[in-house]
Amino acid sequence: MEASDNTNSVIVRRLTKSYGGVKAVDGVSFRIGRGEVVGFLGPNGAGKSTTMKILAGMTQADSGSASICGVNVATNPDSAREHIGYMPENNPLPEDLRVVEYLRFRARLKGVPGRDVKRRVEEAMQTCQLHRRAARKIIGNLSKGFRQRVGIADAILARPEVIIMDEPTIGLDPHQIIAIRKLISSLRGKMSVIISSHILPEVEVMCDRVVIINNGRVVASGTPASLRKEFIPGERYGVSLKADAELFGRLLSEIGEDFELADSSGPDADGYYSHTVKAPGGRNCGALLIGELSKDSSLGLREVSRREPGLEEIFMAATRRSWDETRELSLHKMGSGDGSRADAGEEEDSI
Amino acid sequence: MKRFDALFKHQIHLMFISASTYFAAFLFLAFMGIMYVLALMDVSSVGGSQSATEKFLSVFWVPVLFMVPLLTMRSLSEERRMGTLGTLMSTPIRAWQIVAAKFLACYFFYVLLWLLTLVYMFVAQNYLPQGLAGSNNFAPAQVFTGYLFIFVSGLTYIAIGIFASSLTRTTFVAGMLSFAMLFFAIVGSGIISKFVVGDAYMSWLSGPMEYMQTFKHLEDFSNSLLDTRPFFFYISTACLLLGLTSLITESKSS
Repeated sequence: MEASDNTNSVIVRRLTKSYGGVKAVDGVSFRIGRGEVVGFLGPNGAGKSTTMKILAGMTQADSGSASICGVNVATNPDSAREHIGYMPENNPLPEDLRVVEYLRFRARLKGVPGRDVKRRVEEAMQTCQLHRRAARKIIGNLSKGFRQRVGIADAILARPEVIIMDEPTIGLDPHQIIAIRKLISSLRGKMSVIISSHILPEVEVMCDRVVIINNGRVVASGTPASLRKEFIPGERYGVSLKADAELFGRLLSEIGEDFELADSSGPDADGYYSHTVKAPGGRNCGALLIGELSKDSSLGLREVSRREPGLEEIFMAATRRSWDETRELSLHKMGSGDGSRADAGEEEDSI
Repeated sequence: MKRFDALFKHQIHLMFISASTYFAAFLFLAFMGIMYVLALMDVSSVGGSQSATEKFLSVFWVPVLFMVPLLTMRSLSEERRMGTLGTLMSTPIRAWQIVAAKFLACYFFYVLLWLLTLVYMFVAQNYLPQGLAGSNNFAPAQVFTGYLFIFVSGLTYIAIGIFASSLTRTTFVAGMLSFAMLFFAIVGSGIISKFVVGDAYMSWLSGPMEYMQTFKHLEDFSNSLLDTRPFFFYISTACLLLGLTSLITESKSS
């Protein structure tokens, strides 16, 4: 048993895991607070599923430590698993069983007391909208959406402190995604939830905090707002007017040196171009843009709107930065002929 | 223990809803029924020193070769193919408990099917004409020791089937592997001893091969000659195979 931490239910320190010489997870550290919903993001092969498997006690890390509710996953896997509800990637389920049979079996396996099994299964099925006709259906005959619900019901039925879901919304239609989003929101404050997903807007809506992982390393962690500030500093404005990129670029440089044209498209059917402008933060640039651009009526200014960068842009910026760092590091290694890690002195819980 | 109990009951449930279990049961009971009738006819017409029970049990290995693979081939290979082994391992349960539960469930069916063949003897004793039933077809001591051999050796055979099932994701391959290993386990030592007899360099093998001869064990048990060595051999081999299966299961579960 590790020193108990009342505020964090998951503590991961410098976790490393290699497969045949390739580092899938490389010094990953993070903490997850009690009742927090955290999104785990990263491109394919980034190490998300491996980290989740280590947390679920399904595979051993080469080095580092992970603890769930104060229990070390490597030294006390059975005890740690009692605190976890895990829904693996692809959500494998036995094809021959009925939903209710499977969930009752899982409840018993997870140590739910015999007298509570029926009630807990009913509750989980109600929460996941499985309590009507689906309950008696053979799992092999269920649609993808219902199978996902069975996986989520399985993860929550023993009321664990930590729920780990690997791609829970993959393959679902929009109605089902909204239902699962509501379900996960309902768990907020009661259980710590870790979700990995490729659907970034989903993560942004569902999660309190985001951990971005790339090349086996955590490259960013924080609330979407704090990540926005860190990776996409300044403000962005959308401008729609009758000026092409070249003319608009000139106009911007006349308004102020700090403005930068990030992106342009058009013209549309009415002859309007859409531009994205990067502007320094802290000033009321919107008013300035409206004031300056509306002076010339031939420009036909139609719209100036502040644009909040989405998680997608943050994700792209964070992963790009990590790739740049990796490239620099390998160039440095080649140049110095030194195999030592440049970040060896990195703070353990810096993220 | 509660978790193991749940796992064991689940395995029994899975076996009851599996088509291969019923297929194995049908083939086994049909084959053994025919064998018993042939044994009765043989004893009643030809006579000889062997009882019908002895003749009947001497062909035990034939149904074992197809019944054990059919009962065990899905146990772990199917879980690996579906990915449900990983889901099982994400609960507070150990690999050895999964293997033990699967083993015991298959062994339960193995014993159950063999016990059902006692009905043949009961029917022969009570309902067949005296001439066909013969005078020596139901010697309780011989039946007891003969079945005891089948149950003890069955520990190893089921363990072989479970072990084969852990080696592959393909059910059919698991079945074929199991068949090949069972064939070697049952008749292999007999074949090898034939080769080593008279060979000066290989004569040291004759002792161990003699120790492992299944048919010798059957003969001893059928003659109510109970020796602790076969017990030790079959139980220790089963434990070794189940231990290996647990290690494989643990390594393949992630």
